[in-house]
Amino acid sequence: MTVEPMNAKPDNQGKSGFLSSVLGKILLGIVIISATAFILWWGYNFLSANKAPQVVQIPIAILWGVGGVALLYTVLNWLVEQLPRNVSRVLQPLIFIGPAVLLMGWFLAVPVFRSLMTSFKDSLGQKNVGLENYIFAFTDTRMLETFRNNLLWLVFGTSFSVGLGLLIATLADRTKAEVLYKSIIFTPMAISFVGAGVIWKFVYTYKGTGYGINEIGLINAIITGLGGTPQPWLNMPPWNNFFLIVIMIWLQTGYAMVILSSAIKGVPSELLEAARIDGSSEWKAFWSVIVPYIKGTLITVTTTIVIFSLKTFDIVRVMTGGNNQTNVIANEFYLQSFTYNHAGRASAIAVVLLVLVLPVIINNLREFNRGRKGF
Amino acid sequence: MAANSYKAQKIRSSLLTNLILIVICLLWLVPIIGILITSFRPSTDVFQSGWWSVFPHKENVQSGEIILPATVDVNGPITIDGVTHTFEEWRQGVNMPDGRYLEWFGNRRTRKLTVSAEQWVGFATGFTLKNYEDVLTGKTINYIDGNGQTIERKGNDLSRAFLNSLAVAIPATIIPILIAAFAAFGFAWLNFPGRNIIFSLVVALLVVPLQIALIPILQDYVKLGLNGTFMGIWLAHTGFGLPLATYLLFNYISTLPRELLESAYIDGASNFTIFVRMILPLSVPALASFAIFQFLWVWNDYLVALVFLGGGKNQVVTYAVASLVGEKGQDWQLMTAAAFISMALPLAVFLGLQRYFVRGMLAGSVKG
Amino acid sequence: MQKGKKFVWPILSIVIVLAMLLGACAAPTVAPTQAPVVEPTKAPVVEPTKAPVVEPTKAPVVEPTKAPATEPATPALSFDPAKIGQELVDAYAGKLKGKVVKMSGPFTDQDAVMFEESIKAFETATGITIQYEGSKEFEASINIRLEGGDRPDIVDFPQPGLLAVAAKKGFVIDATTVINPDWIKTNYSQAWQNLAMLPDKDGKSMVAGIWARANGKSFVFYPKKAFDAAGYKVPATWDEMMALTEQIANDGDTPWCIGIESGAATGWTMTDWIEDVLLRVAPPEAYDNWVKGVLKFDSPEVNLALDYIEKIWFNDKFVYGGRKAITTISFGDAPKPMFENPPKCWFNRQGNFVTTFFPKEAVAGVDYDFFYLPPINPAYGKPVLGAGDIYAMFNDRPEVRAVFQYFSTGESLKGWVENGGAIAVHNDASLDWYKDPVTRGVAETIRNATTFRFDGSDMMPGAVGAGTFWKYMTDYVSGSITRQEALKAIDASWPK
Repeated sequence: MTVEPMNAKPDNQGKSGFLSSVLGKILLGIVIISATAFILWWGYNFLSANKAPQVVQIPIAILWGVGGVALLYTVLNWLVEQLPRNVSRVLQPLIFIGPAVLLMGWFLAVPVFRSLMTSFKDSLGQKNVGLENYIFAFTDTRMLETFRNNLLWLVFGTSFSVGLGLLIATLADRTKAEVLYKSIIFTPMAISFVGAGVIWKFVYTYKGTGYGINEIGLINAIITGLGGTPQPWLNMPPWNNFFLIVIMIWLQTGYAMVILSSAIKGVPSELLEAARIDGSSEWKAFWSVIVPYIKGTLITVTTTIVIFSLKTFDIVRVMTGGNNQTNVIANEFYLQSFTYNHAGRASAIAVVLLVLVLPVIINNLREFNRGRKGF
Repeated sequence: MAANSYKAQKIRSSLLTNLILIVICLLWLVPIIGILITSFRPSTDVFQSGWWSVFPHKENVQSGEIILPATVDVNGPITIDGVTHTFEEWRQGVNMPDGRYLEWFGNRRTRKLTVSAEQWVGFATGFTLKNYEDVLTGKTINYIDGNGQTIERKGNDLSRAFLNSLAVAIPATIIPILIAAFAAFGFAWLNFPGRNIIFSLVVALLVVPLQIALIPILQDYVKLGLNGTFMGIWLAHTGFGLPLATYLLFNYISTLPRELLESAYIDGASNFTIFVRMILPLSVPALASFAIFQFLWVWNDYLVALVFLGGGKNQVVTYAVASLVGEKGQDWQLMTAAAFISMALPLAVFLGLQRYFVRGMLAGSVKG
Repeated sequence: MQKGKKFVWPILSIVIVLAMLLGACAAPTVAPTQAPVVEPTKAPVVEPTKAPVVEPTKAPVVEPTKAPATEPATPALSFDPAKIGQELVDAYAGKLKGKVVKMSGPFTDQDAVMFEESIKAFETATGITIQYEGSKEFEASINIRLEGGDRPDIVDFPQPGLLAVAAKKGFVIDATTVINPDWIKTNYSQAWQNLAMLPDKDGKSMVAGIWARANGKSFVFYPKKAFDAAGYKVPATWDEMMALTEQIANDGDTPWCIGIESGAATGWTMTDWIEDVLLRVAPPEAYDNWVKGVLKFDSPEVNLALDYIEKIWFNDKFVYGGRKAITTISFGDAPKPMFENPPKCWFNRQGNFVTTFFPKEAVAGVDYDFFYLPPINPAYGKPVLGAGDIYAMFNDRPEVRAVFQYFSTGESLKGWVENGGAIAVHNDASLDWYKDPVTRGVAETIRNATTFRFDGSDMMPGAVGAGTFWKYMTDYVSGSITRQEALKAIDASWPK
């Protein structure tokens, strides 16, 4: 899809004669490079020193970040354009994609290998210990508990989120107040997991049994109101996992609903009419017409939520800290890194997490290449 | 006839549908309503009763007390006004035939019972903003607990955390957009060797878990002295957010009409000019979608802030709320106010700009 | 299109210049000091008459009153700065005015408020600002922070184990190079001095820090007024205490207030109970071996201790809220029912710091008091479990030295001590500073202990003491695993 520009060189009208001469250009180049470097460097130092009050730091950060980035691109581009045409043609794409690729490389691609290396080392990340950390990751009871729990999150969290999302999308599609319903279901997506943790802690809280104890948690209050005994919901394995998964469902259903809703709306009405004329009920029409049609979207949504369930951390950390057998992989990673200070094991766990997600990566790549044949 | 019953069936099913949806929506909202109401109640009330008691309900209001004479044996059955129960039963509270409600006060030794009668209590009126004040300040706060006694604590300085969150989220949203826009254009319109491979790498990086990067990057930051600084977390969020941003913008830019760009080329514009003057303005919807997405994600993030920013002066709202849960776990009135403060901005952004958000999500996900 | 291009440069330059101006104007701003504006409701009353016997001075005494005239006359100090270090002398002479010293530590909430009040006198007299930053994630984050370049000047370690890691890495400055070693020997008892010796990166023993606050943990607090009114008597032996427990339960109340929730640190209260009881059912050597990892968790001694604890904790009639509520009630909230009218529970076994969580209206010695957690086996005497905070220095600058030297005096804690909730380890801290009889009693108990042992979980390796010990004890108490499973799991997690 590339188009060759007919005129690669920028027009120099508007610039003075001296500046367009070679010497002038070189001088200008040096001045501009130094000024840019200085500004970026100064900004970087100022901001990383962290001394000024926030109110000052924020606008400077925005100016530096946005302005600096814009400046960087502009300057680099200008520099490259000054160079002879064939050189600039090769270099220019690099300017466009360079910073992005560099950042992604440093922050995501290279760490994969670095974590891999560290996963073969000991707790300080120095001596080589071979596969010890992986043996720990796959046989230690704590890790096995996290695998079991993440499986629960995966199966129940995903199926209920997608199922509920599909149900609400379908139902809301037929009502007049559709937008209102969908907005309400969607709202929890804006809440942070930590905030959701507080909200649901308030629902699950348990004050104990005994004379004169008032339950202020919603569920326990309802139960005592009806005459039953309150329970410490979050302390009851293995059910406490499900109570935590409920929170995930609360948060993720909105996402599934929105995507599925737009997919459902894309089902051509002729197909549905044909099914109805054939005499099938709404229920059958749903299963035999709509679901197959939106299969692709269903799979996408499911995989996204599956990945989310594997990476879950905030909810567990804030609500139970992983105690009472609610531990999950990402929480164990955090504990190993920062509480037990075992860099080797922590890296091994991170690699395991990556491996678990690998099928999705491969699937994404395949989808992408299929769709973009003839790039 | 068939038409009538069909119509009736339609109305019935529509009623049913709406009913189901209303119930689900109420269930969905109840937790949020709970904390909203709690955050405005005075601390004493919060410790004594649940938030539902702000609504009208029947309650036992004390009207007097009974002290048993010393002759009564509190270890055996106790008879008061003709009604006999054991101590434990009196303790649970007994409804007397004359409508009074008697409840034993304290342990056996007090020999005291409270007399109350059930009355309707209307809407609670004592709402206050004090909880929000307490949670926003960093100074010492005092509040009254369920027994009317004063408890002193140090404030959690959420106002500072709020500013910090802004300081983190705004640059961390704007910087990746620019960089991704440049890159997306490069991948979409420019031809260069390795384009396919590199972009496939970007796609692969879309779902790589953050945990893979935390330890190596932390080591780098420690060496660079970026640990705990805003600069560090901006770079981190930029790095982590770029794959999705690039992917989304790539999808969008690829759909821009070729003719527009071709004519610009013919006019002699350079790639850079085309990008700045044409692509960027045209991509505003996609940029806006991603911006909102990224802003919400960064604002609500906990793990990255926990690792790279930590506590102290630079803590963000999510971190502050999480510590609140740990330190003041039973101070519900503070926790709920804090939760609301952390939610207020994203909710506002979200509800106001929902369209863009949804569009952003759809652009990345719908297939088939 | 070309025209637009013409404007790009000028606009950019203006933007850049503006940014630089903004930055230049803002750069000299020093971040506001950490000391909050706390109303001095209880301004520490400095008693000039408290000046101790004046020792013959070694170095020329620099009169503190030579400080610049703008300062109010410095109150007389209970110590002689010259005996401690030159920088302290300089500080009081005002030579280090305007400097900032950064401190980091684990305490927050009331403790942080108290700390800042207690250093006010020093800050006013010397002009040095001490910026304290507390964090609940301290244990998890401090080692990372020390690895990086931006180390705090002075760090308060709540356990020597964490400090040992830093000392081994060579980050810590030996205290004897900062403070006059003779002063250290005079002002700290031998036991405390021993506790401060840790191996440095060559394996040699160094004085890694100085102790500041101590707290005792073997105390049971109770609502004195209601207690006496009900006719109960303070128990002197464990059996008496259990009998009293039964009696209160028969009267219809749940005698014990127990709560171990504490966010990510949930479970540490339980570990304190185990340590206290272990000291009473086994000889001190067993305790020491247990802390080192030589005596296993799954051993007869520890199991015996747990037997005693279970008799109280796992009996729903004895615990407020029942056993299941223990892991959901936060440690700071557990004593609250004691202050209700009538009290809903009567005993809270906790460290003496907990008094800062009591309602402000409660008067020490009148509304509440404490008794020493009774011994079980008279052969083991009256052991006291305790802990303390040790300060270590990481950056060598004159103002940091001055502050560090100051912290080695009892005076540095005077304000905190007088406000209650802190006990000074220093020998030159007078018992009369303790304003309330409860804290004074605690301080006395610590001084008179036949056996004093440091909190075990603080001394164990972090993975256990701040990790699996807490986690598995929490699970065991809430009933999700059995005792054997918990003990075996903790043993298995001990780093080799």
